[in-house]
Amino acid sequence: MSKLKEELKKRILVLDGAMGTMIQQYSLGEDDFRKGWFEGHDFPLKGNNDLLSLTRPDIIKAIHAKYYEAGADIVETNTFSGTTIAQEDYGTQGKVYEINYHSAKLAREVADEFTTKEPNKPRFVAGSIGPTNKTASISPVINDPGFRAISFDELVEAFSQQVEALIDGGVDMLLVETIIDTLNAKAALFAIEQIFEKKGVKIPIMVSGTITDQSGRTLSGQTTEAFLISTEHAPITSIGLNCALGAKELKPYLQVMSKKSPFLVSAHPNAGLPNEFGEYDETPEMMADQIKVFLEEGLLNIVGGCCGTSPAHIKAIADLAKNYEPRKINQN
Amino acid sequence: MKKDYTLKLSGLEPLLVTPETNFVNIGERTNVTGSRKFLRLIKEERFDEALDVARDQVEGGAQILDVNMDEGMLDGKEAMVKFLNLIASEPDIARIPVMIDSSKWEIIEAGLKCIQGKGVVNSISLKEGEEQFIAQAKKVKMYGAATIVMAFDEDGQADTYERRIEICKRSYDILVDKVKFPPQDIIFDPNIFPVATGIPEHNNYAVDFFKATKWIKDNLPGARISGGVSNVSFSFRGNNKVREAMHSAFLYHAIKNGMDMGIVNPTMLEIYDQIPKELLDKVEDVLLNRNDNATEALLDYAESVKGDGKKKERDLSWREQNVKGRITHSLVKGLTEFIEEDTEECRLLFPEPIQVIEGPLMDGMNVVGDLFGSGKMFLPQVVKSARVMKQAVAYLNPFIEAAKNGEVQPNGKVLMATVKGDVHDIGKNIVGVVLGCNNYDIVDMGVMVPTQDIIKKAIEENVDVIGLSGLITPSLDEMVDVAEEMEKAGLTIPLLIGGATTSRVHTAVKIEESYTKGQTIHVLDASRSVTVVEKLLGTTSKEFVADIKTEYERVRLNHANKKQQKRLLPYDVALENRFKIEWKAEDIYIPNFIGNKTFENFPLSELIPFIDWTPFFQTWQLAGRYPRILTDEVVGEQATSLFADAQEMLAKIEKENWLTAKAVVGIWPANSNGKDDVFTYSDENRTEVADTLFSLRQQTQKAKQLPNFSLADFIAPKETGLQDYIGGFVVTAGLGIEKYVKQFQNDLDDYSSILLKALADRLAEAFAELMHKKVREELWGYAPNETLVNEELINEKYQGIRPAPGYPACPDHTEKTTLFAKLNATEEIGVQLTESMAMYPAASVSGFYYAHPQSKYFGLGKIEMDQVKSIAERKGMEIDKMKKWLNPVIN
Repeated sequence: MSKLKEELKKRILVLDGAMGTMIQQYSLGEDDFRKGWFEGHDFPLKGNNDLLSLTRPDIIKAIHAKYYEAGADIVETNTFSGTTIAQEDYGTQGKVYEINYHSAKLAREVADEFTTKEPNKPRFVAGSIGPTNKTASISPVINDPGFRAISFDELVEAFSQQVEALIDGGVDMLLVETIIDTLNAKAALFAIEQIFEKKGVKIPIMVSGTITDQSGRTLSGQTTEAFLISTEHAPITSIGLNCALGAKELKPYLQVMSKKSPFLVSAHPNAGLPNEFGEYDETPEMMADQIKVFLEEGLLNIVGGCCGTSPAHIKAIADLAKNYEPRKINQN
Repeated sequence: MKKDYTLKLSGLEPLLVTPETNFVNIGERTNVTGSRKFLRLIKEERFDEALDVARDQVEGGAQILDVNMDEGMLDGKEAMVKFLNLIASEPDIARIPVMIDSSKWEIIEAGLKCIQGKGVVNSISLKEGEEQFIAQAKKVKMYGAATIVMAFDEDGQADTYERRIEICKRSYDILVDKVKFPPQDIIFDPNIFPVATGIPEHNNYAVDFFKATKWIKDNLPGARISGGVSNVSFSFRGNNKVREAMHSAFLYHAIKNGMDMGIVNPTMLEIYDQIPKELLDKVEDVLLNRNDNATEALLDYAESVKGDGKKKERDLSWREQNVKGRITHSLVKGLTEFIEEDTEECRLLFPEPIQVIEGPLMDGMNVVGDLFGSGKMFLPQVVKSARVMKQAVAYLNPFIEAAKNGEVQPNGKVLMATVKGDVHDIGKNIVGVVLGCNNYDIVDMGVMVPTQDIIKKAIEENVDVIGLSGLITPSLDEMVDVAEEMEKAGLTIPLLIGGATTSRVHTAVKIEESYTKGQTIHVLDASRSVTVVEKLLGTTSKEFVADIKTEYERVRLNHANKKQQKRLLPYDVALENRFKIEWKAEDIYIPNFIGNKTFENFPLSELIPFIDWTPFFQTWQLAGRYPRILTDEVVGEQATSLFADAQEMLAKIEKENWLTAKAVVGIWPANSNGKDDVFTYSDENRTEVADTLFSLRQQTQKAKQLPNFSLADFIAPKETGLQDYIGGFVVTAGLGIEKYVKQFQNDLDDYSSILLKALADRLAEAFAELMHKKVREELWGYAPNETLVNEELINEKYQGIRPAPGYPACPDHTEKTTLFAKLNATEEIGVQLTESMAMYPAASVSGFYYAHPQSKYFGLGKIEMDQVKSIAERKGMEIDKMKKWLNPVIN
């Protein structure tokens, strides 16, 4: 049994918070996204945060360190858009291996530093796998509902490259997250299983879907339970929900997940719903109050934050989570 | 504990098959091998009607939809992919799981790549041997589907009870033991064959099926049973009455024996209890092989009951509503079937065809918008509604054009773009369709469109409106940027803002004011876009714009009134966002004088011209700027009288030497550490740090490109290799004041006492102004030819700044200790520092000199405890003490 699974038996593990929100605070310029790697690149690269793992590793490491300091057990690599599909918009699809490998490696380094300092609280790295910006079961062309901008096979190929580089870079687990279209996630899980077989390795897989609004559905229209059923064939360690909603709005769907899931359950909600300026107002205390309800109901094994959460939020959550028992897996 | 063998399937919604589940209907009409109509529709690519077939099945009660495209003349793979993709866009069909039905593995695999839910493969078997069976089962498991396993092996299809259970047992063992296939995901099809064929060997087929079903359920835990029910009645084709009875009776007995699901046409199923007794008896004789004449008896009976059988009506009660209600129903449900008919009916009701769009169709879309907004519809459904809308508009277009005497004039041209850095375009596309439907030309620039391209295109295409869309937070800033550039480009056309993170408040507060030449409007959702554009381009546009302006003004006011909770950046992030001066040697002037210099008994007459009178009036709570305040309508008289008294006393002060003015200034070699500490050196060798000055840094979240300032940013960092300098000063004009203050107090003349103190303050400030000028022109000498008049000095037009500890740029009063020590101020000019860091005499001013051309005054704002902790550590001060000093600025 892996060290991670041992820890998950003992306690609730804490995932880190937002990467994008933290990067935004540095007010970086176009130069920061090019430094040393893309100096003569033809397209503007600002906003392509995954590149910062290459061009400003100092910042990414500092953010990881802040989350570990705040009490996170797991940080996510800066690879949310690290597929050829998502990078294509920026013309940087050729650097996908480097992005994932280096993102994993630098997170690994920070994790190991912390583990060395505090051997009784081992730190882990989750390879973040985003949904890409194309959906395999929704047509982007309204008048042509049968059209698809991306196919399952193309997704499998892209995810395979990402997964292989993340594993080479030393991640402890893979996190297929912010799933807006379950077919994309199924392609990611398919790719993961293939790479596992090819490399002869097997590491835990976390899966996390996104309920986009109060309709209680994913963007591609599935309910929480349908989403769970659609992914549970894969060798998953945990399944959960993240993004789009704050903890308060997420609760009913998380309850469904906790009740139905044969796996461990995770949640990393946003710091509330965005205000009119797209900012997240929920303070660490407010968010922790909501998370407390989850913990009291015993819904969770892994908890963290998504958009708008900061190390302060994670600290508040971590301080709280250590007082609670992890959720018990349904025996049937 | 009993193992849970629930079969879990999903479309958009879950389907759980438990032992308690009665029977799962699998819809069979979307199968080209079983339905000629469906085959024809697919061959002729009439997909809308093909989808209607699927929808009928779901509405008729199908819980799984079987899709089969195995036909010689079809490209089965292509047809399967196309149809499954189309189903995925129909939420009322995609609700239920799909069964991918083909005898060709490549079609099955292509189908598995199209479904987001957990479907069922139909089917795999041992027909081609164990190896292939295992390989396919493994794939099915990886794609995440359940599977039907046919009772078929290398020797053929099982047609007896024994062969059935033998093959099923073998298949089960391979799947569960070798492939690790979940047992509950295995569904056996033990072959339903026709009975009553006239061939005696066939008479026991149904009985064998029932027996095999029971055996499987008893012996192969978790496995399910399915089958194609209509096969059983094959001999009675053309006699639906008998067939329906046979299906019902077959199911009745099969279910009793454990059959879980079946491929049935739910609209061709009689209710068991309602089958006439005589027919039922004869049917059951056949199915249960109860006597040798059963077949003949049923055939005879069949001749007498020929009929159409049961035809289940779809629920069309909604058609009884009025036409507006029907149109709304079609839009909400995404139904195209009646939309043209209803649109036509509406067209006859209105004088102008366009009014059908503006009226009933837009009303319907507003209902869709409301349902979507309240979470009662989800996106794929809204997209469907938009398609119905488009069809209705397409129907109306020829009429609209005819009404214009054949002249096709679009209502206007709208440019649509998702802003730079954002790739989300679903919402934008919907708006494009809805506007396009309303006869607007759409220039769609796609996603990640740079500002300059938008402006260029808008001018080139001479568009009437620009619509911007974005989903992610940074897009909000990009939209502001577009607005600013539109302003610069001199555009006057309206700017529409839409997308998930956008809001009326953001539009009003951040965007509208950036673009003054045209109107900016936030559009809540696609359904409102037409109304907004119509009003903007219509005859009442002036009034509409005026209303919007008033509304946004009110929004801004409300927003400003709302107490904004400040969000602060972590200290290190603020540090990273410091003010980055491009350091150049020519911007640093080597001072003419280095060290400290004291000015004793400075002539008061020289100070008076430098007095800034405005704050003097503020002391007396008279608002207004000098000299205008003297003629002010409200306070002018009072101000003039006060000013006269002040002049009189000032003359006395000067003449009788009431007050003594002294100053000490210093200029020292200095460099910053690139962060917030400034080292001053004992001499130009810069080897020995004399003192360290500590600055505070802004931590408020800044608009893009604005830095988080700290005074230390204005001193060259050591690493630049440049030799920089900083200055400091303490001036006083309050020496000797006590005597006169006491005298006034003794005379109970508070007015004169306060007047004197206020004048002493003004003189001290004037002295600081004068000394600063002296430093700029002579001592440091970086601005030797300055020609500023007092007004300009007051407005801080000079180069460099002289911030004072305890004031907005550096609220840390404790820095005065270092400043006073460096200048030896108490000994040199007699100004003391009290325990609370106040200066005595009170009419004293102290501060630092920064000379760099880019140095500027700023307010620190609120800071966080992380910075307090940092500065306390750096200064070697206890954190609690530091906290006390900085308390007013801590968040």
